[in-house]
Amino acid sequence: MDVKKIAKLAHLEITEEEVALYTPQMANIVAYVEQLNELDTSSVEPMLGGLTKEGELTETRRADVPHESLGQEKALDQAPSAVAGHFQVPKVL
Amino acid sequence: MKEGWEAIIGMEIHAQLATETKIFCACAANFGDEPNANTCPVCLGLPGALPVLNEKVVELGAKAALSLGLNVNETSIFARKNYFYPDLPKGYQISQYDKPFSSNGELTIMTAERDEQGRAGDWKPLTIRIERMHLEEDAGKNIHEGLPEVERFSYIDLNRAGTPLGEIVTAPDFRSSWQAYDYVNHVRRVLQWVGASDADMEKGNLRCEANVSVRRIGEEKFRNKVELKNLNSVRFMQKAIEFEIERQIAAHEAGEPVNQETRLWDEKNNQTRIMRSKEDAHDYRYFPEPDLQPLTVSKQFIEQVKADMPELPDAMHDRFVEEYELSYNDASQLVSDKDLAAFYEATAQASNNPRVSANFILSELLRELNNADKTAKDSPVSAENLAELIKTLDAGKINNNQAKEVLTEMFGNGKSADEVIREKGFEQISDRSTIEKIIDEIVEKNQNQVVAYRGGNEKLFGFFVGQTMKASGGKANPKVVNEILKEKLS
Ligand SMILES: [Zn+2]
Repeated sequence: MDVKKIAKLAHLEITEEEVALYTPQMANIVAYVEQLNELDTSSVEPMLGGLTKEGELTETRRADVPHESLGQEKALDQAPSAVAGHFQVPKVL
Repeated sequence: MKEGWEAIIGMEIHAQLATETKIFCACAANFGDEPNANTCPVCLGLPGALPVLNEKVVELGAKAALSLGLNVNETSIFARKNYFYPDLPKGYQISQYDKPFSSNGELTIMTAERDEQGRAGDWKPLTIRIERMHLEEDAGKNIHEGLPEVERFSYIDLNRAGTPLGEIVTAPDFRSSWQAYDYVNHVRRVLQWVGASDADMEKGNLRCEANVSVRRIGEEKFRNKVELKNLNSVRFMQKAIEFEIERQIAAHEAGEPVNQETRLWDEKNNQTRIMRSKEDAHDYRYFPEPDLQPLTVSKQFIEQVKADMPELPDAMHDRFVEEYELSYNDASQLVSDKDLAAFYEATAQASNNPRVSANFILSELLRELNNADKTAKDSPVSAENLAELIKTLDAGKINNNQAKEVLTEMFGNGKSADEVIREKGFEQISDRSTIEKIIDEIVEKNQNQVVAYRGGNEKLFGFFVGQTMKASGGKANPKVVNEILKEKLS
């Protein structure tokens, strides 16, 4: 279990102690879920979108007609830092 | 390219589909509005917001796919592509992965190598495989300039976040930078033609990336490939690929490593430079998007889209060559723009003179349009009016220079050809007896010159032509004048 890699992908900084702590814990979680592999599902259609048969029949597309958007002020209202109509974030390249 | 080597190039094109609204929400897909104004909980990635697919994306996606020779799959699956970047508020992009919207395409394009001056050689067909075109949402825009403290901060505008894209991926079937160049232009024109995308690279609604590697001719295995990004125009892309081919060949020959990496085109220094190495390559952990159903498209729907598709430019080109006996280049120029092609065809049919129509449109009309900064779509002279002018020209009632003058006038005031010709008094005199009368008088008045001409001074023929034209006020048909003069002077 490459906990360091997972942490990196998740943008988490973890200490060596935490690596030692999490490695067996995550291995346990994966082993638990892997029990599902013991079931033979070769004759079962994969369920995608998590919907029932009825759910799959519901109309889930919309017409290409614009609705009112939030507007700049509201969009930026919750931002930790907003400057000149933009979200301000640490420098990225 | 250096003797003994060949280039292996694959292309990825992102084309923004020309919808009014975003792919999964009803925010306007406009650029140039106030930053972050066209946003909502869905495209801001706020918790609990759910995506709903825009039906127009399916239609335009199908048009794009079919026009590129792809097969539209009856079922495709949206998938989450996970990565962190400030312009991607959800922390994942909704894209497609192992079940794309369309796949297994084959496309024939016309391509030509270019000489040092960039002149095209022979145009030849090239058939390439298009692996897929999948549907996805665009990310927002990062701004690094023109705002406070840009050395410490970047800025995000999410107006673009969630606009629909088709990502078109080819097999590594190109062997030169010019093939890739001709391919991108082909795609660009076809997408515009069928109305699937504005496909304007300058506006950023068509973006391309190239995967480039080289190998010695005869080698079967591929060597390390480099992904080229930041190719902001087709010309830059061609230059970047060319640079990269030479760079890689030189490195291989010198025994230096060519790393699998992403490189950027550096416009200022005319070279590629490294952006990120393979070690930093993303692990996107794709999985099916649980908030969206599988996308199903019926056979009937595909048939309908096919039926509604306009004749594609290449087919139209070949038809123009065949049916109207145009040259390859003239036909190419006419189908470079859909409106121009339609304008030409209407003129050719109304004038019943396809070749003169082609000449006149390509030389005269295009010049007038360019001068007025207009395109065929908003030409002040209609195809019908132009056809009238061409008929008059063809019947010998006016000459070429007069026709040009008439066109300029028509262009300026929107009058019909007949009206302008009448106003200008351009009606040519072709009636033999009228011209004969004029010539008789001139011969009578210029007996000295007649004698000199008959004595061998053949240059004087021009003098007689000039006199006749002058006496007729420039209206005499020069062909008839020549004929009669030859008779009278011999
Ligand atoms: Zn939105």
